[in-house]
Amino acid sequence: MKKFFIPLGFFLVLVAFLAIGLNRNPQEIPSPLLGKPAPLFSLSTLDAGGVKFGPQDMKGKVWMLNVWATWCVACRDEHPLLVALSKANQLPIVGLNYKEVQAQDAPAGRQLSPEEKLRIARERSAVWLQRLGDPYVVSVFDLDGRVGIDYGVYGVPETYIIDKEGVIRFKQVGAVTLDTLQSQILPLLLKLNAS
Amino acid sequence: MIVEVGHFALILAAFVALVQGVLPLAGTMNGHQRWQALARPAAIVQFLLIAFSYGVLTNAAVTDDFSVKYIAAHSNSLLPVQYKVASVWGGHEGSLLMWVLMLSGWTLAVALFSRTLPLAMVARVIAVLGFVSVGFLSFILITSSPFERLLPAALDGRDLNPLLQDPGLVIHPPMLYMGYVGFSVAFAFAISALLSGRMDAAWARWSRPWTVVAWIFMTAGIALGSWWAYYELGWGGWWFWDPVENASLMPWLFGTALIHALMVTDKRGGFKAWSVLLAIGAFSLCLLGTFLVRSGVLTSVHAFASDPKRGVFILIFLALVVGISLTLFAWRAPKATLGGKIALVSRESMLLANSVLLVVATGAVLLGTIYPLIIDAMNLGKLSVGAPYFNAVFVPLMVPIVFLMVPGGIAHWRESRGKELGRQMRLPALAAVLAAAAILIFSERGTWLTAMGMALAAWVVVGLLVQIVARAQKPGRIALSFWGMHLAHLGIAVVVVGITLVKGYEIERDVRMGLNDTVSIENYSFELVGLNEVNGPNYKAMRATVNVTKDQKPLEVLYPEKRRYFSSAMPMTEAAIDAGLLRDLYVSLGEAIEGDKPQWSVRIYYKPFVSWLWYGAILMVLGGLLAVSDRRYRKSALSAAS
Repeated sequence: MKKFFIPLGFFLVLVAFLAIGLNRNPQEIPSPLLGKPAPLFSLSTLDAGGVKFGPQDMKGKVWMLNVWATWCVACRDEHPLLVALSKANQLPIVGLNYKEVQAQDAPAGRQLSPEEKLRIARERSAVWLQRLGDPYVVSVFDLDGRVGIDYGVYGVPETYIIDKEGVIRFKQVGAVTLDTLQSQILPLLLKLNAS
Repeated sequence: MIVEVGHFALILAAFVALVQGVLPLAGTMNGHQRWQALARPAAIVQFLLIAFSYGVLTNAAVTDDFSVKYIAAHSNSLLPVQYKVASVWGGHEGSLLMWVLMLSGWTLAVALFSRTLPLAMVARVIAVLGFVSVGFLSFILITSSPFERLLPAALDGRDLNPLLQDPGLVIHPPMLYMGYVGFSVAFAFAISALLSGRMDAAWARWSRPWTVVAWIFMTAGIALGSWWAYYELGWGGWWFWDPVENASLMPWLFGTALIHALMVTDKRGGFKAWSVLLAIGAFSLCLLGTFLVRSGVLTSVHAFASDPKRGVFILIFLALVVGISLTLFAWRAPKATLGGKIALVSRESMLLANSVLLVVATGAVLLGTIYPLIIDAMNLGKLSVGAPYFNAVFVPLMVPIVFLMVPGGIAHWRESRGKELGRQMRLPALAAVLAAAAILIFSERGTWLTAMGMALAAWVVVGLLVQIVARAQKPGRIALSFWGMHLAHLGIAVVVVGITLVKGYEIERDVRMGLNDTVSIENYSFELVGLNEVNGPNYKAMRATVNVTKDQKPLEVLYPEKRRYFSSAMPMTEAAIDAGLLRDLYVSLGEAIEGDKPQWSVRIYYKPFVSWLWYGAILMVLGGLLAVSDRRYRKSALSAAS
């Protein structure tokens, strides 16, 4: 009787979809910012001199924006790869330190002023980068997370590739792996540098 | 060294499981009694080996052996000892080891409590469980061994996920796993019925108590998970339609359908193929749940470490187990004899309708859960399916299921006279109308949905009272299983009341509060009187002190916390709850808000009857326990064997 094969047929279709689904990554979310100009900002840098930095300073270069924080465990995992990439002089990497100082870092019953936050963030980042290596040509601090909102940051780390015209060409949520570097980022670099 | 012995014991267990699967089954085919008799000792040896192996890992956790990679990743020397024990199931590898421990435990129970069953039947059931065990053991040994070493050893462990450091969550996974794995016994019974070619009522009778026990664990596990989400995640919800939650809800729905269908197979010899299909389905959904949770094909708030390689393995295993089972079903099920004729108005027809509705509800949940995956697989984009879909589809399906509980219980086997049934349902119907009217007339915020929920609850409660009174008038001792059924159904009514009232009347305030600010909800006021830093064993916390007054009289002091565990950057919310029978007051601390004077975002919820969700679950569990302790099961097993 044919009707007894219905459950089996249904199950086989299900397995086919599951098999295809295995090769997909649900975390890979296409960013609406792809192909759009990178949002502008002007943020304090690691140098205490009061110099500001923004995407406009990178005009004419293909560069990478890497969102990170010292409290981020996955950033620690991807960091050696970024250091290696910077040593290979492939492209300038800008570090965007995201919400380094969190509310619970403040002493009880008191808020930290923006100046205090910047000071703490600089200290922590400097120590972290000294210990694990500094791949960044410049490090900027997004203390209140506003730039993160402009860029649609889901979580740390995140990585963007921005072309000579200041247009976002690539976005990676989560740590950059050797695989994505080789299969996606480096080929993209060749293409963008050629144009 | 001892760790390697544990690993070796697990390898040995895999071979024993293979023997346990192959030889007894071959014995039932060629008639060798000795081969069949191997099933029981093999099950015992397998259990001892896995228990030893599990003990070794627990010992490594308790003694802080951070040279074991798994322990280094999931435990920490500062962790309180009970959480060290729990850290064994805090990660992927260890929780799988626990899975096989439970599987071998269930198999052991089958081996020990099956003296009244024919040897061939026991041999087949234990053999099927052996094959399942082979699959899971090789999965552990090939892709996810918890015994891998870390050289050089870590100085300290990375700590158990802070979300799991909670008494409720410590017992939630074992309960749920007991349920998941428990359905494998019903599955094994169904498969052995198919294998034997004799799909009589006997297998249904034997598998009924096992199915109910698995269902009890599953109910408890789901309720614990929901309770934990409610007080730990800090936003006051108790069900999120997350893929992982759905993965546990689907086998529960199928299991519920199975319990009811087995009743008909046992008592009336009907629905044989349907019961077998439900048993296969319930276990398949358990495996599917494992796949969804462990392979990372779906995004979930339960961020389990996922690995595509493991996904491939589980998918192949799933395809093999379910594919073979359903093929066997398609081949053998047509031979099942049909039961007696079923009248339109009869207990059988109601139970059939109920199990079909439960299966449809499961299908709706399954579709919603894997819809993002299907759309992605067909390159149609990325999307997520949220609570609105599930509520819109699931609730209308649950209404007729709950409705059927009354006529299904009242109706007779074979055939019921419509008129008589109608007469007995008059009182419940009156209660339902009164309940709905009371909501609509007397409650300002009452909606049609609230009225319907309360009407359903009144319908069920009065309906079961009518049934109990009718039964008490008949002669004879009332069986425990009768009380069990009504207690479980009462549990459903209690859950319905909880859901209806909390959805209809809850008040949620997200406010910002500074020191000495006051917020009022109904006749309760909440005053933030203090903010202090406190130190826990492995965390630092900001603890707020909130004075709660009711009608200006002091009621309670609540201490919600925001914890920061040393090992993790994610701050954890510890909500403070003043729980009561009729309402919960729920305060949780959000983020600090910058400004001239310190302020915190605070969530203050007033949740009427929310605890009834869990009281209902407790009643269901108790009902299940009463049902399985009925003497009838043991007696009927005896009489079936003779």
